[in-house]
Amino acid sequence: MTPGGEPRAVEVVGDLSGLPASASGARHLVWWGNIGFMLIEGTGFALAAAAYLYLMTQQAPQWPPPGTRPPDLSWGVVFTLGLLLSELPNLWVRRRAFAKDPRGVRIGVAAMTVIGLLLLIPRGYELAHLNTRWDSDAYGSVVWMLMLLHTSHVVTDWGDTAVQAAWLFTHEIGDDQFADVEDNANYWTFVVLTWLPIGAIVYGLARLW
Amino acid sequence: MTPDLDRRDRLALAWRDPPGWWGFLTTVDHKRIAARYIVTAVLLLFLAGLLALDMRWQLSWAENTRMGPQLYNESFSLHGSTMLFLVSVPAMEAMALWLVPLMLGQRNMAFPRLGAFSYWLYLGGVLTLWVAHALDVTPDLGWFEYPPLSGPTYAPGHRADIWAQMITFTEVAALCASVNVVATILKMRPPGMTLARMPVFLWAMLVASLMTILSMPAIMLVTSMLIADRLVSTHFFAPAAHGDVLLFQHLFWFFGHPEVYIIFIPATGFVSSIVETFARRRLFGHHVLVLAILAIGCLAFGLWVHHMFAVGLPRLGNDFYTAASMAIAVPAGLQIFCWIATIATGRTWLATPMLWVLGFVATFVLGGLSGVMTASAALDLQLTDSYFVVAHFHYVLVGGAMFPLFGAFCYWYPKATGRLMSERWGRVAFALIVGGFNLGFAPMHLLGLMGMPRRVYTYPAGMGWDALNQVATLGSAIAVAGGLVFVANALLSYSRGAPAGANPWGAPTLEWAGDSPSPPWNLAYTPVVDSLTPLWDSPVLRVMDGVALERREVVVTSVVDAAPLYRQKSASPSIWPFVAALAVTAMFLGSIFTPWAIAAGALPIAAALTGWFWPQRERATTGPLRVRS
Repeated sequence: MTPGGEPRAVEVVGDLSGLPASASGARHLVWWGNIGFMLIEGTGFALAAAAYLYLMTQQAPQWPPPGTRPPDLSWGVVFTLGLLLSELPNLWVRRRAFAKDPRGVRIGVAAMTVIGLLLLIPRGYELAHLNTRWDSDAYGSVVWMLMLLHTSHVVTDWGDTAVQAAWLFTHEIGDDQFADVEDNANYWTFVVLTWLPIGAIVYGLARLW
Repeated sequence: MTPDLDRRDRLALAWRDPPGWWGFLTTVDHKRIAARYIVTAVLLLFLAGLLALDMRWQLSWAENTRMGPQLYNESFSLHGSTMLFLVSVPAMEAMALWLVPLMLGQRNMAFPRLGAFSYWLYLGGVLTLWVAHALDVTPDLGWFEYPPLSGPTYAPGHRADIWAQMITFTEVAALCASVNVVATILKMRPPGMTLARMPVFLWAMLVASLMTILSMPAIMLVTSMLIADRLVSTHFFAPAAHGDVLLFQHLFWFFGHPEVYIIFIPATGFVSSIVETFARRRLFGHHVLVLAILAIGCLAFGLWVHHMFAVGLPRLGNDFYTAASMAIAVPAGLQIFCWIATIATGRTWLATPMLWVLGFVATFVLGGLSGVMTASAALDLQLTDSYFVVAHFHYVLVGGAMFPLFGAFCYWYPKATGRLMSERWGRVAFALIVGGFNLGFAPMHLLGLMGMPRRVYTYPAGMGWDALNQVATLGSAIAVAGGLVFVANALLSYSRGAPAGANPWGAPTLEWAGDSPSPPWNLAYTPVVDSLTPLWDSPVLRVMDGVALERREVVVTSVVDAAPLYRQKSASPSIWPFVAALAVTAMFLGSIFTPWAIAAGALPIAAALTGWFWPQRERATTGPLRVRS
């Protein structure tokens, strides 16, 4: 007889085998993992924005520094409008995922792949029209940091969407994959929403401060 | 009834790892991964202890020549960075990875492969720092590497880059572990374990993980900014180009202060579990303890400027952070009183884990009191950068986190190994470590008050500091000897210890319901919980059947009420987390030398992640790319 004895005897009081084998929305485990990573990245965005505000208020005699023009608005507006409009097909894909519609999610995710690629064009022009370089001064550094931080999310989600589209077209779609499509759509919404404050800071504060 | 053999055989088949090296590289068993984390951290603790002894030897005599300034700078930088980033936080995460599923009666973590990925990246951080050290590229600017000292002008070479990239490794690892812990605790509690019936340990791990998620992005951001300043000539911290060195300090301490509590809060979870078991009564003030943990979790984000009192901030700012720093003593004090009340009103059994708790209470209270002293901006100006601060934070971190960790190690060792550690040698180790620690660090309070600054490699004769330094060295040597006894006890007990049985301490929580050591699938059934102390309140374990035996599956429940929602497939062993960690490692290391490594490294990472997440299902029979036969 060991000091700790045998494992505890059990009394079966219920059966879980009748539970479904998948779920969607906030009931799904992966939805929470996705939220966790959004929280991490959202915190990163917020702190990067705080760094911008800190440098703007603490250091520069003038913001942007003398001789530096604010980023050109035109491509920023094109990108922002495109990004906001992309939410329409994105939310449609999400609904198709909830409805477990294989044809809908295949078409929708493929469309989002194309849209993500198209959005990289105005984003490229935006980077070319920031009117500052990362190595010009701290203003340039922090503007480029915010832009690259957001661009890396656009690119990452585009890659994820492209891989997902390839998988969806070549495989039979199960419940877990519909949940994956929904998570990917939620993540795109996160990319869209985070741009609004970041864009306002990069384009707005350089003009208003 | 007990689980029948056939059931166990089926579970063993579904949850087994491949044999040999392949199994080693592909396992997603949370217990194996956590054990790796702990063994690695213990090894590093030993190395950091040797560095400490070496530094103590150097300081034992005025104008000692064992070390020059460069070696001393490297030694304390390596010691501090290792202890904070590679030992304390990872050890706490490891305890969560190991215990959370067991305490929930679940078969694995929410995201098993993410746990494996987390360890491999942590190992990447360990190797980055220590292999670089072997190659004589040792960081030498302290554990927080402030610019401008760490900027491109004053720190040529790659010592600062190694430090910054080691941080990136360990923080990504910690963030992955934290998301995993949060999702597991919120969504995988057993039926009936509502939030109100959740043990304090799980609350502690939940809050510490959320704090990690909200604070560690700050240090990843700031070390990335430092690397950018050094590599691509950005000017975040260059005053001549409108940058600001204090921005680094703000972001560093926005992480750095919560970090102290990310280490301390899990320790309060260990202490709560140990006190409850050895006092043999339910915790006094369960709700107070939980609320105190939540309060500490919130207040910890409002304290960071108390590390910056000496930089010349506005008076009002200093006053606010002084008040906040003192306020956090209130919930910490409430916790101490709850534990003391539990111990005093229970039938307390002073086994080794409980001794560690007593050592913790005594030492941590002393550290807390010197913390209240340094929280005062006026007094802090006198004490900052002196040995008083060295004494304070060792009392808090070693007393407040390491002693509970050692207690937790002794407490859960029988569950992990199926063997009991020697009580006699456990007591010897306890006496040597706690006695040696106090002998070693108490004199540093006096040395600090006498004016001895920290981070000096020697001091002139005639300062009157020699004797106290010698006492400190003696104490440290005794503590390190105690550490060796502790480790020897653990190693020898692994083969020679008495068999532990399922629940050697008569503990009340679910991790003690099954076999010791736990089999790969943990418990054979899904437990049903109707109290805070399920193993005390019923002679049999009430369970539910119905989670698959032939394949890896877990039950997912609702966040507040833990009502069963659905059965989730649990990931099988995979090489991809290891491959993904290798790809990330290549990119991190490459980006020390060229920014193009980020672009070039992205492709292998994307390929590895695609392999990782590629669902294994049959080919399409509909749509334009369907299989045509």
